[in-house]
Amino acid sequence: MIGIEHYIVVSSILFVMGVLGIFLNRKNVIIILMAIELILLAVNINLVAFSAFLGDMVGQVFAMFVLTVAAGEAAIGLAILVIYFRGRGTIAVDDINRMKG
Amino acid sequence: MSVGNSLYLVAPEIILGASGLLLLLIGAWGGFKSSRLVSILAVAALFAASAVAFEFLTNPSFADGGDAFFGQYRVDKFSALTKLLIYISAIVSIIIAPRFFENAGSRRTSAMRPEYPVLILFASVGMGMMVSAVDLMTLYIGLELNSLAAYVLASFLRNDERSAEAGLKYFVLGALASGILLFGMSLLYGFTGTTSFNGINQAFEGGLSTGALFGLIFVLAGMAFKISAVPFHMWTPDVYEGAPTPVTTFFATAPKVAALALTMRLAIEAFGSQVAAWQQIIIFIALASIVVGAAGAIGQTNIKRLLAYSSINNVGFILIGLAAANQAGASAMLVYLMIYVAMTLGSFVAVLDLRDADGNQVEEISSLAGLSKSRPALAAAMAIFMFSLAGIPPLFGFWGKFLVFEAAVKADLILLAALGIAASVIGAFYYLKVIKVMYFDEPADVVVKSDSKSHAIIIALCALFVSPLGYLLIPVLGNIADQAAAALFWAF
Repeated sequence: MIGIEHYIVVSSILFVMGVLGIFLNRKNVIIILMAIELILLAVNINLVAFSAFLGDMVGQVFAMFVLTVAAGEAAIGLAILVIYFRGRGTIAVDDINRMKG
Repeated sequence: MSVGNSLYLVAPEIILGASGLLLLLIGAWGGFKSSRLVSILAVAALFAASAVAFEFLTNPSFADGGDAFFGQYRVDKFSALTKLLIYISAIVSIIIAPRFFENAGSRRTSAMRPEYPVLILFASVGMGMMVSAVDLMTLYIGLELNSLAAYVLASFLRNDERSAEAGLKYFVLGALASGILLFGMSLLYGFTGTTSFNGINQAFEGGLSTGALFGLIFVLAGMAFKISAVPFHMWTPDVYEGAPTPVTTFFATAPKVAALALTMRLAIEAFGSQVAAWQQIIIFIALASIVVGAAGAIGQTNIKRLLAYSSINNVGFILIGLAAANQAGASAMLVYLMIYVAMTLGSFVAVLDLRDADGNQVEEISSLAGLSKSRPALAAAMAIFMFSLAGIPPLFGFWGKFLVFEAAVKADLILLAALGIAASVIGAFYYLKVIKVMYFDEPADVVVKSDSKSHAIIIALCALFVSPLGYLLIPVLGNIADQAAAALFWAF
């Protein structure tokens, strides 16, 4: 029988993978965008599972809001990435170092 | 609670949202030429929204505040006061922008676009929702509305590599912070069964489960990112340096006020029955911010980076008031916030007024040498802001620090207050260094005269407010802050 704990474990694993994806990845900013998406989807699993578990609709409404915001965030992230690429000609994470200190 | 009444309570957000959409159309139709018109209308909309917020703050019939949309959104004196601060910062950020962008653009075209005031309006809508949120859902939507506009604003000068890099860094770390916050909120929802602050508070009265504790910590970590408190401060110097200066002015004031107000409401209204669970965290964050803010600023050569560390440092002092976790602490935080906004607006507009003969922005501290000879009034104003940020007594910045330390001592956090005062001495060092460069170094003759009346007026007003004359306002400010803080503690 699959209970609420299983859902929490899955979403926690996805969340940690997303966070590690942001910090460990040294190659490409696109991968960071994917990691951010992974974090938001982990949250959605949590919200929907809790919603079903509690018999309460609020979690599902919340999940819809999160989906909408995630779409907006990805659009803005890609737009910023494009203007950055135009200026520098690279999107490697290690090259984002014009400012330091 | 009828829908009509709810709509009346969200009037500031409706005014700003509707005018933002309308101005976006005007901007799309009129192109670059319309940016002046759009800026003027945006300032008018912000004034209208401030008038409504002022009405909510002063009209006795709103003394108890009101809930809109079935407990998603609350209007009370606390939200009205912080909204006023936010709108004032937004107005200043729009007024100072055209001159900066005219010089920042290429030779033929100005970089001022009608999108700039529109984005500020949308960010203000989001911040208004943040300070009025009494439900995790409103909180999240408000926060994201603000953040999404802010990411675009940070990379507004899209041909400038530093601006694009600032936008990218802000986006990645901001999105990570939102993700952490959201994960915490989903845990809170799951383990308390509700998303309303009030409901969470009631659920916490029966004890704190491990899952809910994790949720609380994640939420506080996400908020610490947004107020740029240590250990989640690393984006601040880069974003403040890279973003266009009017945008930096905006970032250092309005979103900081909104995020701090939201942190206060979360800590007190939602987690108020489990103070012991978050008090230690806030104490640690406050002390770490003060120390790192002071130590990090010492080696800086760029004035915007220095002001970024200064804002980290000041956030630490403000959080001392939250660590006290009582009404006096909240009131002290609000007074400090009002003074902080004046000091920060003044110092950033003063930085904006520093230009060399070609009209380029001067950002190196060494170029300020001898400013007291070439621009005595500007140097004097800058000295007032630096002394005030350092909290040196005759100036008004001291009063904010005094109030938070007083609240901490009364709440038996004597060690915290003592360490904070000791660290503020370290902080004074780098503020004094700027003054030393301006007054005692060999003139570098880089900065030329500025003919901007609006800059001069804003700097003069802010300098007057933080000068010893500001002490005359203490009864008024104290009274408003007490009432706003009382609104936060309505449940106790």
